[in-house]
Amino acid sequence: MKKRLDGLIWIGLGISLLMALFLSPYTSSFPDGLEKVAEMKGFKDKGKGWTFWRHAPLRDYAIPWIRNEKVSKAVSGLIGTLAIFLIVFGVGKWMSKPRTKRTQPDRINPPDPDRRLK
Amino acid sequence: MHIPDGFLSHGINAAAFAISAGACAYGVKRVNQKFGEREVPLMGVTAAFIFAAQMINFPIAGGTSGHFLGAVFSSVLLGPWAGLIIITLVLAVQCLGFADGGLTALGSNVFNMGVIGALGGYGIFILIYHLCRKSHKGFFVALAVSAWFSVVMAATATAIELAMSGTSPLVVVLPTMVGVHAFIGIGEAVITTTSVSIILKTRPDLVGCYVPPIPCKEKGQRADASRGAL
Repeated sequence: MKKRLDGLIWIGLGISLLMALFLSPYTSSFPDGLEKVAEMKGFKDKGKGWTFWRHAPLRDYAIPWIRNEKVSKAVSGLIGTLAIFLIVFGVGKWMSKPRTKRTQPDRINPPDPDRRLK
Repeated sequence: MHIPDGFLSHGINAAAFAISAGACAYGVKRVNQKFGEREVPLMGVTAAFIFAAQMINFPIAGGTSGHFLGAVFSSVLLGPWAGLIIITLVLAVQCLGFADGGLTALGSNVFNMGVIGALGGYGIFILIYHLCRKSHKGFFVALAVSAWFSVVMAATATAIELAMSGTSPLVVVLPTMVGVHAFIGIGEAVITTTSVSIILKTRPDLVGCYVPPIPCKEKGQRADASRGAL
């Protein structure tokens, strides 16, 4: 019953990358919910100038050396989407590694006959 | 609603970090028990989609914008614990790579959007889905309502943390946060319902929580299908 996933993964990743590349530059630049509330209620500047992490390479979804704002955002979105895919893939691989002894039959993941075919 | 550095007190951040870290550790354990090779790329793609979708701000009333959160989306597809892990990793990358949300507030952001949004949102989803007797229509009602609630509950938690940090009094910040995010929640509900229904049409086996409505005589099969939900 379990079908192959390869094609689907690429389609999903492709859609995400296209979204990041072509939609993200044209989105609303209004402040988001929390920023707006902070602005309205006067605590927007609280903690300003104090940032714990100063080494974010793509600060505010922009690439420092690309002047064109839209291109900058699109490329940073593309990099971010690819990076998050690889990171979660890697962490997922690490997480799904069996760490307990699997001597007794696994009741949660019964052996999948299709798995060999992949 | 990525909280930047400085909005919350260190005490609140530390407490939220402790809760989030505990939840994530337990989540890793649960995911480890359940996931095999098949689900790992699916997790990666879900996270990539959420990241890309979170970049797309849609305007709402009054010069404010909102964006997709994806907590209920990932929980319904892969289970609440994988949902929590995905949201946590997305938030960590946004914080470290894009300066979106402060590093000291990362624990609070994971608490609001992961623990409250993904786990809490999933709880509401399951509650409504069961109340609707797992009907097809009930699935989408539960999806829309829980997606809305995930955003509003996360905003409520943020407001309470801001008030407890002494940033703004609760009577001021809570109604505004909830009011603004009630609108953003509608967008969340629309995007979540639309994308899950597209996935359900093309590959129903990928929606972990969905139980196909089938006649009662095949109850054994139905019970088997519901086991897919974590």
